[in-house]
Amino acid sequence: MTSPMIAFALKARTIVITRGTVIIGAAFATLVAPLPTQANELALKREQVELVAPPFVHPHEQATEEKPKIVAFRMDIQEKEIVIDDQGTKLQAMTFNGSIPGPMVVVHEGDYVELTLVNPTTNTLPHNIDFHAATGGLGGGALTLINPGEQVVLRWKATRPGVFVYHCAPGGLMTPWHVVSGMSGAVMVLPRDGLKDRDGRPLHYDRIYYIGENDFYVPRDEKGKFKSYESLAEAYADTAKVMQTLTPTHVVFNGRVGALTGKAALTANVGETVLIVHSQANRDSRPHLIGGHGDYVWETGKFSNRPETDLETWLIRGGSAGAALYTFRQPGIYVYLTHNLIEAVQLGATAHFKVEGKWDDDLMKQVGPPGPIAATSK
Amino acid sequence: MLIPKPTLFIAAAIATLVAYSAPRLAKPSTETIEPEMITLQAGQMTYPPAGEFTRSGNPINTPLKTVHFARGLQIMKHQVTQAEYWKCVEDKGCPSAVLHGPASPDAPVVGVSWRDAEAYAIWYSGKATRRYRLPTDGEWAFAAGSQFRSEGWPDVNSSDPAQRWLARYESEFADDSIDNVPRPTGSFGANENGLLDVASNVWEWTDSCFVRIGIRDSGEQTITSTNCGVRVVEGRHRTYVTDFIRDVRLGGCAVGKPPANLGFRLVRGD
Repeated sequence: MTSPMIAFALKARTIVITRGTVIIGAAFATLVAPLPTQANELALKREQVELVAPPFVHPHEQATEEKPKIVAFRMDIQEKEIVIDDQGTKLQAMTFNGSIPGPMVVVHEGDYVELTLVNPTTNTLPHNIDFHAATGGLGGGALTLINPGEQVVLRWKATRPGVFVYHCAPGGLMTPWHVVSGMSGAVMVLPRDGLKDRDGRPLHYDRIYYIGENDFYVPRDEKGKFKSYESLAEAYADTAKVMQTLTPTHVVFNGRVGALTGKAALTANVGETVLIVHSQANRDSRPHLIGGHGDYVWETGKFSNRPETDLETWLIRGGSAGAALYTFRQPGIYVYLTHNLIEAVQLGATAHFKVEGKWDDDLMKQVGPPGPIAATSK
Repeated sequence: MLIPKPTLFIAAAIATLVAYSAPRLAKPSTETIEPEMITLQAGQMTYPPAGEFTRSGNPINTPLKTVHFARGLQIMKHQVTQAEYWKCVEDKGCPSAVLHGPASPDAPVVGVSWRDAEAYAIWYSGKATRRYRLPTDGEWAFAAGSQFRSEGWPDVNSSDPAQRWLARYESEFADDSIDNVPRPTGSFGANENGLLDVASNVWEWTDSCFVRIGIRDSGEQTITSTNCGVRVVEGRHRTYVTDFIRDVRLGGCAVGKPPANLGFRLVRGD
């Protein structure tokens, strides 16, 4: 880490940075003390938050004056058949809370996330959850493996600001299979005083969208048509073979081709600032906003690092989340896609923004419309 | 936002003026499936023709045009089916890439490019005693009658290009009542002319090329460019598709709603 970075972090947040480790001074005592077994033993304010299906995000403060608190969430794991494209291709899916991706969890640095994870009796498989934002215990995976008919409560402290992936990781081949069947989502740990630009000036957003990207591997029959299966167990062997080719049959945002287009297109107005959080739990992706930019981009998703500015395309590393802040300046339809255009167009990774407002001729104008090629003057 | 639907006027009264008098067609000598034809009486129609129109370089709403069909029109009652197209494939008249077999023989053949449709028309004309061809955009609109939809270009301020895109986007995505899976012929019912499945989830190729038309202050229209590598496709909305494309996908810089499926029907040509 560069020294200007450390100076910025010290100034902005009174935290100590040593070799990338972020420790909040005030909370240090609780770290060395034995962890209490009950959340309420922390004697902190406790707040229950209802999760919201992506691309939307539950209401939250961008910066907070409050003391750290316990933020409690509940997620029900749902195994279910879903349709993933307009041709009616079916996938035996596994989901956190019924959506692909799972809902985004937002807390502030220093808060405690308390998750009640429920595996209903209607499911058939054991599941767990690995939070990339959490420390120890395989991200919580070691403490949360539950069978159908069980629930578990996990609490972890949000010590690192940023956007992070969470996913199911039951072990062995189950881990990639559960992930590419839909079991991933994101956590956003905001700095207590909110997002900042490279000079420490505050940044705000008017809207936030969470775009979770998934690669699916649907087996085909001998005629090349996608197969469907009655259950996860029946789908497993064929699916594992397709997974091993590393060639997805679908790459989608929000669980299916076209989930964020048409009537479900994302919306904004000219002049509004939008934070786009993008996660991919398994595979690299290259978000690009056609006709727009990333004004401020935390490409690796971690808010202690200075945001890059004016980006055209950014990389979301498989197994991570990133965040891009953009203020729309021109109305129209914008395409948000992965700039592997084959994946965007042929495999599905395309979303649309519908932006209302007034056109700015200064930024763009069609000076000469399409027409015959003008004769060149000699 | 209110989006006025493109208007189509068919002057039904004119239809009686000229009686259609084409001779009855002799049965083709081959065992080719003879499709049911619909005979439209002579008439005229006022509609927004295909193409992009500009005035002084600015895009404008398509001016209405009146087209006369003095000799009427004979058009296939239903879209060419998989069973019908399969015969052409078996006879080596049509590319085998389109169909690996008539999996749903009664459903329209889809995944067809303009070139594939053209190949079928040529093959079929060779089997029959008269010529068949793809309809022009105007002929298609005439036969589609009240189910003709045009582009759905809305009436909006042309000095702000984004308003057009937004309104078009809204209008194209407004109707999501039908999924994309082709259904057996007749599933979407008949229009007032007796044509089946006109506004279904299968769009239809026409023979018309993409044109740009400039309108002078005098009102005179001039075609400023013609591209026959792109043909007019009609259905729930009008669109323009490159002639070798079999499957239009959403994405890239094209933000409109793509046709769910590409199929076709033929008219009797002279």
